[in-house]
Amino acid sequence: MYRYVIKRLLLMIPVVLGVSFVIFSILAMVPGDPASMILGAGVTQEEVDQLNHELGYDRPFLVRYFSYLYDAIFHFDFGTSYATRQEVFPEVMAKAPISFAIAMNAIIFAGVVGIPIGVLSAVKQYSLLDTIPTFIALFLAAAPAFWVGMLLMILFSLKLGWLPTGGVETWKGYVLPMLALGLMYAAQQLRFTRSSMLETIRQDYIRTARAKGAAERTVIWKHAMKNALMPVITIIGVNFGGLLGGAIVTETLFSIPGLGTYIVNGIKQKDVPVVMAGTMCLAVMFAGIMLCVDLLYAFVDPRIKAKYSGRRG
Amino acid sequence: MATEKMQKHETQTAITMKKQSQLKEIWRRYKKNRLAMIGLISMLVLIVLVLAADLIEPYEVCITMNLREKLLPPSAEHLFGTDGYGRDILARCLHGGRVSLFIGFTCSIVSMFFGAIFGMIAGYYGDPLDNIIMRIMDVLSAIPNILLALAIVAALGSSIFNLIMALTISHIPGFARVVRSSVLGITGQEYIEAARAGGTGDARILRKHILPNALGPLIVQTTMSVSSMILAAASMSFLGLGVNPPQPEWGSIISEAREFLRTNPTMILFPGICIILASLSMNLIGDGLRDALDPRLKS
Repeated sequence: MYRYVIKRLLLMIPVVLGVSFVIFSILAMVPGDPASMILGAGVTQEEVDQLNHELGYDRPFLVRYFSYLYDAIFHFDFGTSYATRQEVFPEVMAKAPISFAIAMNAIIFAGVVGIPIGVLSAVKQYSLLDTIPTFIALFLAAAPAFWVGMLLMILFSLKLGWLPTGGVETWKGYVLPMLALGLMYAAQQLRFTRSSMLETIRQDYIRTARAKGAAERTVIWKHAMKNALMPVITIIGVNFGGLLGGAIVTETLFSIPGLGTYIVNGIKQKDVPVVMAGTMCLAVMFAGIMLCVDLLYAFVDPRIKAKYSGRRG
Repeated sequence: MATEKMQKHETQTAITMKKQSQLKEIWRRYKKNRLAMIGLISMLVLIVLVLAADLIEPYEVCITMNLREKLLPPSAEHLFGTDGYGRDILARCLHGGRVSLFIGFTCSIVSMFFGAIFGMIAGYYGDPLDNIIMRIMDVLSAIPNILLALAIVAALGSSIFNLIMALTISHIPGFARVVRSSVLGITGQEYIEAARAGGTGDARILRKHILPNALGPLIVQTTMSVSSMILAAASMSFLGLGVNPPQPEWGSIISEAREFLRTNPTMILFPGICIILASLSMNLIGDGLRDALDPRLKS
């Protein structure tokens, strides 16, 4: 089993390197050079050239990329922000947990709400317990997260005054972002769990379990659930990328000082090191979650386990 | 010669007839799905409305400021009310819908096109091309879609064209994966081997034998992606990196209403409903097509 873990870990490296190259190349196309950004207007071309030379900006593209990579990997030096002259790495490290917390809250909410209701819908297909949640999920899956967030904000912050409109100083600040982001994914999770469960309860082994006289509760929760949840786990991982993207939007809406607002502000100010480091952090986070999901999958699914713990190692 | 020609003609009519009857069969199955029909009709209504936007309200109405009429609630004159600059929200929703739907459909079709090409090459030719293409796709899909689109827009500047390009590139990997996996399944079939043995060229095999068989999942994915493209474009506008003002787009109309959330909460209602309607319709159509194209999947 540990072989599988190591293999998956090693596979992560080229992907993360590839991501860094893609983002670096895209950001290299941002108009303007760093020195002009840092110095602003009212300096001579010579001063600009001088600083660009000091920053190493006058070197060829690939040289710049590899020196960036070298500094990043061996010195955790991701450059300094053009706008604030602050080192980027500590800032990113300070903001990452906030974004991660928002995404995780949303994913847990989506799982806790979406999966049980999805199972229930499938088991009671065509009853009101199926049609009402499915109908609501249909709408929620089609609504933009920031719009849902605004509606929640109007209701819970502006009208009822229960929750703050922004910031994450207290735990209350996390509630609305979690709902804004989580409701959409809960809807997707519900739809997916429902169809996976419907497929599973038509399988022969479920009929066998019933024929052998197992209680309906045992059939559903023991035999069917285990198998139906397999694809659901995959979807949770795949969704995480979209969730991180959604977190950017949600953070902007609720003015939360996470990676999302950091990146968006960086983009607006053409602050390349900020965007680069923030994006890399999100990409690594995403890769890490995908890895966890794969490992979880391997542990849960005896077929994968057998494949790797068998004679092939 | 003459008989040969006649035979060819006959087979051709047979093929067209078969094609027609297959389309008819798909349509017959699709029609039975009530939700899918609702989706199709509401999408058609939306398309007609945004195409007729100029007849209902000229474009100038939705970009001309009129501060004396700002922040009006919905009334007979302004069905959806007016925004912070006194512009009619109905007019902005109609003209904004043009942009949103245009972006949604264009991005989906273009990324389907490129995804299909990459997916077919990867699935049909196998390694090393397969490995190279799919690793690039892995890297692209390791960056959350919105983030990749944001970076591209940051590099190229915000305009509708750049937005379309950014969303298209970020969605190609998904399509490539879907196509590759169906092509892999088809390439192993005997009729492909038979075609190859008969001396048919790769290009022709891909076009005539593989593409038609891989089309089903691709069409479904394209339909569904229209809805996610509309949502993504709206998010980009919300972040201020989508369509440039004063041009309306559903997301930007909501975004502009943000500062009036306290005083005029109803302003965000209508553009939001437009987005939900469009993306819901496309999801329903996609569900319907999936069931109609592949009756085996029908639950």
